[in-house]
Amino acid sequence: MNIVVCVKQVPDTATERKLNAKDNTLDRDAADGVINELCEYAVEEALKIKEAHGGEVTVLTMGPGKATDTIRKALAMGADKAVHLVDDALHGSDALSTSYALAQTLRKIGFDLVVLGSESTDARTGVLAAMLAERLGVPQLTLAGKVDIDGSAIAIQRVTDYGFDKVEASLPAVVSVVEKINEPRYPSFKGIMAAKKKPVETLGIADAEIEAAQVGLGGAWSEVVEFAVAPPRAAGTIVKDEGDGGSKAAEFLASKKFI
Amino acid sequence: MAEILVLVEHIDGEVKKVTLELLTLARSLGSASAVWAGPGYSESARARLAEYGADKIYVAGSEEIVDYVVAPKAELLAQLVASASPAAVLVAATAEGKEVAGRLAIKTDSGVITDAVGLGDGFVAEQSIFGGGVNVRARAVKGTPIVAVRPNSTAPEASAGAGAEEQVTVALSDAAKGARVVERVKQEKGARPELTEAAIVVSGGRGVGSAENFAVIEKLADALGAAVGASRAATDAGWYPHQFQVGQTGKTVSPQLYIAAGISGAIQHRAGMQTAKTIIAINKDSEAPIFELADFGVVGDLHQIVPQLTEEVEKRK
Ligand SMILES: Cc1cc2nc3c(=O)[nH]c(=O)nc-3n(C[C@H](O)[C@H](O)[C@H](O)COP(=O)(O)OP(=O)(O)OC[C@H]3O[C@@H](n4cnc5c(N)ncnc54)[C@H](O)[C@@H]3O)c2cc1C
Ligand SMILES: Cc1cc2nc3c(=O)[nH]c(=O)nc-3n(C[C@H](O)[C@H](O)[C@H](O)COP(=O)(O)OP(=O)(O)OC[C@H]3O[C@@H](n4cnc5c(N)ncnc54)[C@H](O)[C@@H]3O)c2cc1C
Repeated sequence: MNIVVCVKQVPDTATERKLNAKDNTLDRDAADGVINELCEYAVEEALKIKEAHGGEVTVLTMGPGKATDTIRKALAMGADKAVHLVDDALHGSDALSTSYALAQTLRKIGFDLVVLGSESTDARTGVLAAMLAERLGVPQLTLAGKVDIDGSAIAIQRVTDYGFDKVEASLPAVVSVVEKINEPRYPSFKGIMAAKKKPVETLGIADAEIEAAQVGLGGAWSEVVEFAVAPPRAAGTIVKDEGDGGSKAAEFLASKKFI
Repeated sequence: MAEILVLVEHIDGEVKKVTLELLTLARSLGSASAVWAGPGYSESARARLAEYGADKIYVAGSEEIVDYVVAPKAELLAQLVASASPAAVLVAATAEGKEVAGRLAIKTDSGVITDAVGLGDGFVAEQSIFGGGVNVRARAVKGTPIVAVRPNSTAPEASAGAGAEEQVTVALSDAAKGARVVERVKQEKGARPELTEAAIVVSGGRGVGSAENFAVIEKLADALGAAVGASRAATDAGWYPHQFQVGQTGKTVSPQLYIAAGISGAIQHRAGMQTAKTIIAINKDSEAPIFELADFGVVGDLHQIVPQLTEEVEKRK
């Protein structure tokens, strides 16, 4: 089975994240880049599926040059090879542009199954998997807490507010996974060494037949008009519990008309 | 006045609060049209939508719409965008609402803004990003603006609309029927409001100490009519189910009131609750970062404080 796992590099949440005042885009140089945490679950699920059903796992990343760190991490976990879509023309792409660029690349490299994280920790739109399914015209099996494959049949448990939906489809399909679907493995020393030799194909937009007019800041369907650092919250009242902490909290609630 | 479509969120035939918020918001920018997708529509639903300002109600009551994942709702909305040429489409920024918005954006060649916490003239949306650290104003620049609005962003206000009903049929494409829902499994949820929608959320963290002790958190939540949330430390430990995790890799909540008990306030937790209007923190460590956010904080043992608070809330009811 040809499994492609989409992996995004994001700025480390633990460092201060900024937008760039020049063009209102994410300042990817300001913070350390790390693998989007939910993508680790996607890589793990892809590896598990490969282990059970055979085939190959390809990592697909769209991102600047330094995203190779993230690609190596996924390869060290055990993916077989990678495709890195990198082109200055992609800078500033919104969700529509990103999904278009990834869909064009997926058409080019081929797939039976595409696995994504359900959300990135920087933009957090949570729309990419649904958009890829729409663009590729294949079943959308998103927010999966469990994936089962049997031949060309695929079933998932789609996490909902009330529990989950059992959903069935046939391959090819797009899957997105939620946290705790599995326990992502740590790359072993051997894995890290092996990753250095695994093939990483670099594609520009022309290679993937991506039209420049549909990507980047100029091609995007949305724009950031302006941004500002949020004013700090006004300092609150902090009291020490002297046996009446609960009552004091209740008084506060009453003063705010919550009770 | 320009028509604005609002996708109705409903469960067991009941309109959810977030839809009333979206109708209120739509009315401030144009004429609100509710779009009902799937079975369960009734006269009481119609009355509710009209009460909150729906001038029109499009009803696509076919069972088929909910038999497949997300795509049918996007097809229904795309059909209405083509026939009614609305000025914008609003959906709730729930996991599914955002997916509907994403597919609709592609179908209608339109820009989409997710997780808006406000919406103003020219459909410029406000977003609160990076765990509340930065405020952004963004808008769609192509097509019909599609905006996914976070629950609790607007206070719902009743103001009667005409409520004119229009039946809609949608012929689903084969592509929309790719992912079939074969069973819905409702896990016991009790009478508590949904986490992302709730006006009040009471969350517990590692400081709660055990699964059994979460009863302390649940009792306060029930006294306040609140939803229960948990930090990742608590869900990782298996004390509370993962779907209640608040934070960067869990749910984002934006309630009127958020009570954090035994939660340190790590940046990844804050990312999911920082836009709450009022925050109360209960923690035995006076240095815990959660106090930086708190409008009111109590330093002490939650096992003493929370039951006392619960009792006081019950008394004042
Ligand atoms: C703070 C912020 C807010 C934004 N808001 C909007 C908005 O409202 N509307 C809009 O159209 N755009 C928005 N964008 C732009 C958006 O971030 C990019 O389009 C982004 O590439 C895709 O969105 P996402 O990361 O939220 O995807 P999500 O749907 O949250 O990511 C889910 C999964 O998609 C895959 N994936 C995502 N990006 C890549 C990639 N580059 N390479 C490989 N796999 C990937 C990963 O598997 C990931 O786990 C915003 C950006 C920022 C920084
Ligand atoms: C990529 C990534 C994503 C993450 N996503 C999330 C997420 O979505 N949500 C999330 O919550 N976390 C997330 N985390 C984890 C986050 O960094 C913290 O580890 C987590 O929030 C800690 O949970 P906690 O506050 O309950 O536990 P701790 O940090 O251990 O804090 C426990 C607090 O309880 C207090 N306490 C202990 N006993 C008592 C008592 N008897 N009475 C009162 N107070 C007491 C302590 O003083 C302490 O402040 C993520 C981390 C990473 C790296």
